[in-house]
Amino acid sequence: MSTELIHPENPVEQFLRSDRIPHIWCPGCGIGTTVNCFTRALIDSKANLDKLAIVSGIGCTGRVAGYLDLDSFHTTHGRAIPFATGLKLANPDLSVVVYSGDGDLFAIGGNHFIHAARRNVDIKVVCVNNLVYAMTGGQTGPTTPGSVVTATNPYGTFEPSFNLPQLAEAAGAVYVARWTTFHVRQLARSMYEMFQKKGFSFIEVLSPCPTLYQRRNKMGDGLDTMKSYKEKSKKRDGAPTSEVPLTRDGEIVVGKFVDRERPDYLTLMKAQFQASLGERYQEPEMHSGCEFEQSEIDGGTICQ
Amino acid sequence: MAKGAVEIIIERCKGCGFCVEFCPTKVLALSPAFNAKGYHAPHVVASDKCSGCDLCGMFCPDFAIHGWREKKASA
Ligand SMILES: Cc1ncc(C[n+]2csc(CCOP(=O)(O)OP(=O)(O)O)c2C)c(N)n1
Ligand code: SF4
Ligand code: SF4
Ligand code: SF4
Ligand SMILES: [Mg+2]
Repeated sequence: MSTELIHPENPVEQFLRSDRIPHIWCPGCGIGTTVNCFTRALIDSKANLDKLAIVSGIGCTGRVAGYLDLDSFHTTHGRAIPFATGLKLANPDLSVVVYSGDGDLFAIGGNHFIHAARRNVDIKVVCVNNLVYAMTGGQTGPTTPGSVVTATNPYGTFEPSFNLPQLAEAAGAVYVARWTTFHVRQLARSMYEMFQKKGFSFIEVLSPCPTLYQRRNKMGDGLDTMKSYKEKSKKRDGAPTSEVPLTRDGEIVVGKFVDRERPDYLTLMKAQFQASLGERYQEPEMHSGCEFEQSEIDGGTICQ
Repeated sequence: MAKGAVEIIIERCKGCGFCVEFCPTKVLALSPAFNAKGYHAPHVVASDKCSGCDLCGMFCPDFAIHGWREKKASA
């Protein structure tokens, strides 16, 4: 028998599909750090894991759902938000988290992002922003700042990039925050707040991709990037989102920028139906989890 | 006596150095030894300074280290 003292397990461990660890992320990649923060927020918010789903798109960040031992959905590229919207509308009791990359959420999936925010669908969106399409080789994406060398811009980027907090606020998000992977405690706290919030909530996390972004731009490795986050970040809670765009080497404004209330999609839908249908409106019966009635159809079983 | 301690899963580590750099009390250093994948995992160089704050655990992208506070009444 080992004589080692019994000590508490790493808090992240209970949430991992341990048979899949070690993960594929590169040395010094920040995605795993964001996962730590996410699990601390799950613990602090005493989230009911039977009522929680996590949805990812495709990309390095898209792997998060697959590594977490939650009700996880690894969907198609760009479609995490529509998938999550469907989950939420069919089962409003669920807490639905979307965890994906900047390319997935703002390039191919950008349309879904703005409309889910406009409708104020009650989902929680975490974007790990490494400023490129990492998984496919480091191509320029809508978040890549100017004057950066990428696989598709060997002479430097020149097209203007999105300022994600501003985009989220303008489209209607009720909660908007930005941190970096250096801000582990603050990020965990924001994720906790996101779980308390009803409505479309958005957290941007700036994260190193040493392999395909920093190295190509002679910005060093993951640790160098973390040090630069520490040095360049300025916390400005409540800063106007128009004032927080990211540039190649400039200041990184972090903090909570938006925290407001707006009726969410289902509340609006109910109110409108009640107004127009009066007594005739009946709340749909909501099913949850395994309480579905099984019925046989064509030899198989379906839930109805 | 140290207020906290850490556990390191050497074979999971990819040697990024986040834990070493951001430990507030400089408890850790990268070991000169290699793990099976060829990375230098951290080892404890100042165990008495560990507060058990678990910042190393929050930073580690590879889930390879974590810290905890020792219970006071541990005889
Ligand atoms: C429909 C479709 N188009 C393109 C791709 C190729 N593809 C896979 S991941 C990806 C970009 C991922 O970028 P991001 O969301 O920022 O994730 P990261 O890898 O940077 O975490 C692309 C373009 C795909 N898988 N499916
Ligand atoms: S390519 Fe970049 S984002 Fe993908 S795992 Fe490696 S460091 Fe992380
Ligand atoms: S628990 Fe805190 S003090 Fe101890 S090694 Fe980790 S970061 Fe340092
Ligand atoms: S943070 Fe984790 S992966 Fe990085 S050196 Fe420390 S133990 Fe290794
Ligand atoms: Mg990306």
